[in-house]
Amino acid sequence: MRKYILKRLGMGMVLLLCVSFLVFSMLFLMPGDPVTIMAGPLVKAENLESLRVQYGLDRPLMVQYVDWLTRIIFHRDFGISYKYRIDVWSLLENSIPISLKLTVTTLIISMVIAVPLGLLCAYKKDTLFDRITVNTSLVLTAIPSFWLAVILMLIFAIKLKWFPLSGFETWKNYVLPISTGVVGGLASTIRLTKSEALDVLREKYVTTAYAKGLDTKTVLIRHVLRNSLIVITVNLFMSLPWLISGYIIIERIFGIPGMGNLMINSIIQQDFNVVQACILIITALTIICNILSDIVLGILDPRIRISVTGGDK
Amino acid sequence: MSEELLRLKNLYVDYKVKDGYLSAVKNVSFTIEKGEIYAIVGESGCGKSTIAHTILRLLPDHNEIIKGNIFFNGEDINKFTEKQLESIRGKEIGMIFQNPLDSLNPVYTTGFQVAEGIMLDNVTKEEAWNRVIKLYNDVKMSDAEKRAESFPHELSGGMRQRVMIAMMLARTPKLLIADEPTTALDVTIEAQILNIIKKLRDDFGTSVMLITHNFGLVAEVADRVAVMYAGEVVEQGTVYDIFDNPKHPYTKLLIKALPRITKTEGRLQTIDGTVPRLTEIIPGCRFENRCPYAMDICKEKDPEIKTVNKFHSYRCHLHEGGEI
Amino acid sequence: MNESLAKEFLQSCCKNKNFILGFVIVISIIIFALFAEQIAPFPYDEAHPEDILVPPNAKYIFGTDNMGRDLFSRIIYGTRITLKVALIGAGLQLVFGVSIGLICGYFGGIADRMLTFVADLTWCIPGMIMALAVVTIIGSGLTNAIIAIAIVNWASYARMVRAKTMSIKNQAFIETGISFGENAISIMLRYILPNIVPILIVTVSMQLPGTIMSTTTLSFLGVGSQPPSPDWGLMVSEGINFISRGPWLCIFPGLALVYTVFGFNVLGEGLRDLLDPRMKSQ
Repeated sequence: MRKYILKRLGMGMVLLLCVSFLVFSMLFLMPGDPVTIMAGPLVKAENLESLRVQYGLDRPLMVQYVDWLTRIIFHRDFGISYKYRIDVWSLLENSIPISLKLTVTTLIISMVIAVPLGLLCAYKKDTLFDRITVNTSLVLTAIPSFWLAVILMLIFAIKLKWFPLSGFETWKNYVLPISTGVVGGLASTIRLTKSEALDVLREKYVTTAYAKGLDTKTVLIRHVLRNSLIVITVNLFMSLPWLISGYIIIERIFGIPGMGNLMINSIIQQDFNVVQACILIITALTIICNILSDIVLGILDPRIRISVTGGDK
Repeated sequence: MSEELLRLKNLYVDYKVKDGYLSAVKNVSFTIEKGEIYAIVGESGCGKSTIAHTILRLLPDHNEIIKGNIFFNGEDINKFTEKQLESIRGKEIGMIFQNPLDSLNPVYTTGFQVAEGIMLDNVTKEEAWNRVIKLYNDVKMSDAEKRAESFPHELSGGMRQRVMIAMMLARTPKLLIADEPTTALDVTIEAQILNIIKKLRDDFGTSVMLITHNFGLVAEVADRVAVMYAGEVVEQGTVYDIFDNPKHPYTKLLIKALPRITKTEGRLQTIDGTVPRLTEIIPGCRFENRCPYAMDICKEKDPEIKTVNKFHSYRCHLHEGGEI
Repeated sequence: MNESLAKEFLQSCCKNKNFILGFVIVISIIIFALFAEQIAPFPYDEAHPEDILVPPNAKYIFGTDNMGRDLFSRIIYGTRITLKVALIGAGLQLVFGVSIGLICGYFGGIADRMLTFVADLTWCIPGMIMALAVVTIIGSGLTNAIIAIAIVNWASYARMVRAKTMSIKNQAFIETGISFGENAISIMLRYILPNIVPILIVTVSMQLPGTIMSTTTLSFLGVGSQPPSPDWGLMVSEGINFISRGPWLCIFPGLALVYTVFGFNVLGEGLRDLLDPRMKSQ
C-alpha cells in the first residue's frame, strides 16, 4: 500500500514539474518581448534594457526556470503585479481562500443532493421518478453556467430583490453563486452515480449477497453503495479543478474577489505575472487532486493496489 | 428411507420482454429427496438456471411472472414474503454460481464475505472467523488463514469456487443448488469440486441440485436426473434409467452425442436445428421441429407424461419403441 | 444484404425518440443558419436609433438592444457562428485527435508514450484555464477561441481512438493486410479507420455540445468573438449592462444556446443508443 502511494506521489511530482515548466515558458511563447510582457504595457522604452537585467531575462533559459521555481517554492515570490504595484502573492493570499471556500461548499452540497438522487434513480430504474430526474438532468446540462448565473441574478437579485447583486460581505452574497455552481454540477454527478449504481446492481456478487440471506438494506449499503462509492469518490476529487475553472465565470458575474475574477481581470489588463501565478496554482491544485483521488482509489479498491498472486493452479 | 425435501409443482416462469412474454419455464414438476444429488441437464437457455434462481427468488430483473408451487420441507416458499425468504436463503437452501470471480465482491476479503453469512445467526466475530477457517479446511483450501485474509482476485478459480462452497455451506443448509459450478474451471479442479459435492451428500446428508449442460458430470455424480428442453422437463429418472434406458428422443440424441472412446461408433452425432423462440405460445411439443420421430400429432397436441416406473417418466407422444 | 441492414438501421433510428428530437433541433439550426437572410427580418448589425431597448413586440420579436438592433435577427444570424464553431471546432479536434490516436495505437513504443504523456498533460489543466492560457498567448477572437478549445479537447478523441486502434490492431485481419505488404498508413486508413467510425460519430456528438458551450463561454468572457458579432455568449455579456432595463437581452440569447446544446445532447444520446449496442453485437 505504501509503495502504491509513493509511486503516485512520485508521478505527481514529475507531472507538476513538467507543467510548471510549461507555465513558465508561457512568457516566451507569447508574441512580443518578454520584458514588455512582464513589465506591462505602460513601461517606458528607455527602461526596457535595465528592466531586462533586473528581471534576469538575459540569463539562459534553464537558469531562469530554476530561479523562478525556487523563488516560488521557497519564498512565495511570484513577482510583482504591474497593475496593483504589489507582489502577486498578497493578491493571491486574499483571493484563494475565497475561491476555495465557495468551491468546496458547492462540491459538498452538490454531492449531498446528487449522490442519493442517483442511487434512487438506479434502484427505481424506469419509474416516473427516474424518468423525470433523467430528463431534467438532460435539460440542465444544456444550460451554460454563465447564463444560469445571469438568470438567477435577474430573478432573485433584481426582480425579487432577495439577495444582493454582487460583493462578498455577508452569507447572502454566497447563495446565488453557490446555487449556480451546484445546479451546474448536479446533472453529471447524478448521471454518473446512477450509471455506476446500475452497473453494480447488475453484478453477480449482489445476487450472492442476497443468496447468503442478507436483507435488502444490508445488501444495498454494504455491497452496492460501497462499490459504487469507488467511482463516485474519484469523481468527487476530479470535479474540484473543473469546478474551480467553472467558478471563474461565476465570480466574474457576481463580482466576487476570488482567484477566477483576479485571473480574468489580469488577462484583460495584460498583467502577466498574475495570470501566470493563477494558472500555476490552479494546475498544481488539479494535480494534487488527481494524486489524492488515485490514493483514495487505492484505499477503496483492493484490485488496484494488490497484484494478483499465484494460487494453486 | 428418503423423504421429500424440495418439490416443484407446475412451475411456470415468464419473462417480460419487448414483444410480449418469454416462457422460460413451462409446467415443471420434480422432487428432490434428502441426501441425494439431483442433476438438471440441458442445453444453454433451456431454463435450468432460471429454475435455480427462481427457487430462492434471485432473478435479477424483478419483472418475471412466477406461477406454481415450490414446496420446501412442506411449505410453499413461492408464497413467502421477501422477509420469510431471507430466513431461508443461506440457512436452509444455499446456492453457488457459475463464475466465482464475478460472484464475489472484490472489495471485501473472502473471509469477511463468508463470515458475513455466519454472523446472521448471532455469532460473534471471532467465532465466525474461526468457523471460516474450519470451513476452508473442510473444503481442502490450502493455507486457510492467508486465503481468508485475501481478496477474491488474489485467488485462483478453483480456490474461489471453494470459497463460494464454504460460504454457502457455512450455515449447514439442507439443500445446495449448484448452478454450473465447474463450467468456468479446468478439468482437474472440476474433479476436486465434484468430490466435495459428493462428500456433502455422503458425510452430511446435504441434498445437491446440480445444474449442468455436461452429461459426463451427470454420469459421475448424480443420483437422479431431469432432462430439460426449451423450458420443460422432457424426461426424468434415476441416472441408470436415463443412461441405460432413455425414452425421450431428445435424451436419446444427447446420449448419442456424447463422445465415446471406441472407433466403431462412427461420427459424432449432432442435433439439427435450434431451440425455438418462446414468445409465441406454440401448440404441441416444443422439440417437434428437431425431432427425428416427429408425427403430425406432435405439432398440435402437448405431449402427456408417460410413466415407466416409480422414478422414470417422460413427456412424449411416442410409445415404447422407436430406434435411432 | 447491406441494403437491408441500412434500412433496418434507419428504421431503428426513426423509432428512437432521442434521435428524432435531436435531429429535428439540429436541422432547424442548420436551416436558420443557411437561410438567415430570408428568415431574419433585419440585418444583424442594423441599428434603429429610434427604437433603443424596446421590449419584445410585433415588430421586434425579441426586442432591441441598446443600439436598436433587432435581437431576434441577431440570434438567427448567431446560428451561423454556432455552426462555424461546431464544424471547425469538431473538425480540428477530430483531425488532430484521430491522427494522434491512430499513431499511438498503431505504432506504440516511444511515440505512444510521449504523445500519451502530452495528452495527460492537457488533462491536468482544467479546460477553461488552459483555454484562457492559450488565448492569452495567441490573442482573442472567435477563431482563436475555437483553436483554444480544440487544444483543450483533442485529447479525448486521441485517447479513445488509441484504445480502439490497439484492440483492433491485434485482430487477425490486420495481419492479413500486413502480410499482403500494405504499409502502415494504408492499413490505418483502410482497415482501422472504418471500424472506428461508429464510435467516432458517437464521441463527436457527445463532445460537440461541450465545445459549443466552452467557445461561447470564452466569448462571454470577452476573449472570443468580438463586437458587433452576433455571438450568443457575447450578447449575454453585453446584455448584463442593461439587465434591469432590458432583461430580454440576456434571456433570449441564452435560451438559443440552451436550445442548441440540448439538441446536440439529445442527438448524441440517440446516436449512442443506436450505434453503441450495434458495436457490442459486432
